[in-house]
Amino acid sequence: MDRSRLLAMLHDMLLARKFEERAAEEYTKGNIAGFLHLYPGEEAVAAGVMHASEPGDYIVSTYREHVHALIRGIEPKRIMAELFGRKDGCSGGMGGSMHLFDRARRFMGGYAIVGETYPVSLGIAYAIAMRELPEAVICFFGDGAVNQGTFHESLNMAALWRLPILFVCENNHYQIGTEIHRHSAVAEVYKRACGYRIPSRRVDGMDVLAVHQAATAALEQIRAGTGPQFLEMETYRFRGHSMADPGNYRPSVEVKAHQQDDPLLVAIEETLPYYPSSEEIQAAGHDVIKQLSDHMNNEGHLDQAGFDSVAKQIDDIIEDAVQFALNSPDPTMQDAWDALYCNRGEEVLI
Amino acid sequence: MSKEIFYWQALNQALDAEMSKDDTVFILGEDVGLYGGSYRVTEGLHAKYGDWRVRDTPISEGSFTGLGVGAAMVEMRPIVEIMTINFSLLALDAITNMATKVPFMSSGQFPMPLVIRMPGGVAKQLAAQHSQRLEQTLMNIPGVRIAVPATPQDAWWQTRQAIRSNEAIIILEHELLYFSKGILDKTAPAPPMHRAMIRREGRNLTIISYSRMSLLAEQAATQLADEGIDAEVIDLRSLNPIDWDRCVASVEKTHRLLIVEEDSLFAGAGAEIAATLGERCFYSLDAPISRHAGLDLPTPYNGKLEAASIPTVTSIKQAARALTQTENAK
Repeated sequence: MDRSRLLAMLHDMLLARKFEERAAEEYTKGNIAGFLHLYPGEEAVAAGVMHASEPGDYIVSTYREHVHALIRGIEPKRIMAELFGRKDGCSGGMGGSMHLFDRARRFMGGYAIVGETYPVSLGIAYAIAMRELPEAVICFFGDGAVNQGTFHESLNMAALWRLPILFVCENNHYQIGTEIHRHSAVAEVYKRACGYRIPSRRVDGMDVLAVHQAATAALEQIRAGTGPQFLEMETYRFRGHSMADPGNYRPSVEVKAHQQDDPLLVAIEETLPYYPSSEEIQAAGHDVIKQLSDHMNNEGHLDQAGFDSVAKQIDDIIEDAVQFALNSPDPTMQDAWDALYCNRGEEVLI
Repeated sequence: MSKEIFYWQALNQALDAEMSKDDTVFILGEDVGLYGGSYRVTEGLHAKYGDWRVRDTPISEGSFTGLGVGAAMVEMRPIVEIMTINFSLLALDAITNMATKVPFMSSGQFPMPLVIRMPGGVAKQLAAQHSQRLEQTLMNIPGVRIAVPATPQDAWWQTRQAIRSNEAIIILEHELLYFSKGILDKTAPAPPMHRAMIRREGRNLTIISYSRMSLLAEQAATQLADEGIDAEVIDLRSLNPIDWDRCVASVEKTHRLLIVEEDSLFAGAGAEIAATLGERCFYSLDAPISRHAGLDLPTPYNGKLEAASIPTVTSIKQAARALTQTENAK
């Protein structure tokens, strides 16, 4: 892989981690309300998949979608403003954390009813197929979403009509607080797609290079017109389900398995729901971001000074985003009515 | 240019007319293609437009209705046929949480030119799971328009207007109307999509109704005239929005209001109509607003009980007589 791609992925993962940490901070300050589902631990999935996608592809995501949106290229300040519920947010303050939209970037929304991303993807892919375009839809969902009826309905139709969809399961092993062996009879998610004759494989979702490689290969197949592909990304979220969830249902032995070699293990075990700061993670040595920066360091792509400079730029971006959000006005009630009737044409209704 | 045709034929011709001039229009649903539609509405269209534009789907209402939402977001004009409104309960997530929320939650970034067609109503002994009306379930969702054509003429125009609109629209058809006949005049100008129609003018009371019940109300009014009761009949044609101004003008003229609906009485469309017109026409009314509706009962299979569970021409006449005999309160 070329150096610029690696640097860009590192940049995006670091931006993602720091953005989410800042969002948590702003939530505790009361600047962000409602549900806030954060992504730390899973950055390699979003980065690897997004960097394999083309600008003409469509992204359909879940309620844990800030990072998909960020890496897709929505400006951090417009995402932060949306989390703050402000008029300059990417959804005008009508959507919030779980409903980020950006039509220009083909970011087709975050959906907060589990299992909705499949049919939306199906419809977009149907239109692509009818128009015979070389585009694809990337459909995100979690392991908890594979037991919804729409999963089976939509996989069946996608395969039946050979629709250009890349199904990406972010398997973080928990549907909120229920571990996968307690919610799924078949815990190997990728095997389920085989039932619909969709080419499917399991990928190490903590390794951004593996993710990127798998997504690139899958999208290549899709563009060749062979129909949908399915990737199960094995990953882990470091935090609870949302800011309302301390996540202490997870046995420490499991956290050990996922954060092996991580000196932060002790702090996490002892101080749940305490979550370490970025400085501590960086100092600690072993998480998805450190894995990548180590790799780049070893390969001679980036030295410590280079890494520090990237980190500093990102800190500035995030600070700007927060200031932008704070300065953005609230939408008015008229804005809400306009949003409801946005598709009303010139025709006389009554 | 005008001739008598079946209601299903008017729908069929409306679909064909829009599909032939706009290739972003496509139909999907169970048995809409090769089979030609459960009520013949899509007959001949698969042969003319092919698999991609007239798509037979698996029995997966939730996902194929959601497919319509996704396609509408990228400027296709999907027409989803749900075989009966009873099955639409499986698609309520797509309608409620997706179709009406995406344009709103994105602050107007996405169009939603989605049409969902489905028949409801008590037909002929189809039993409780296949006889529901459920209008009120859909009326309570901000952001979805609901058209209820009762005649071939309205079916023709309202379907075409719905397909051209960029808003999510549900067309509620009626199983007993598909094989009813009426005049279709394609040269007559189209009334606005959601305008109410005065089917019969009268002075003594206003009967507000919609879909099949408005035809029964018209028949009842014709017969009541022989008894000296002159009823004005309004066919709403749309349940969201409702043409309140025409309703108010009529009630202010007749001073009495009877609402006839096939759906169950409790918390139904009639309750909304009574509440709003009660507020707007209170000082014009000579008698309490009267609602004549279906019983709050799952529809029995038994034919006699089924017939007794919804309004008939006879029962509408009785309700109108009772209302006109009410003492003037003033």
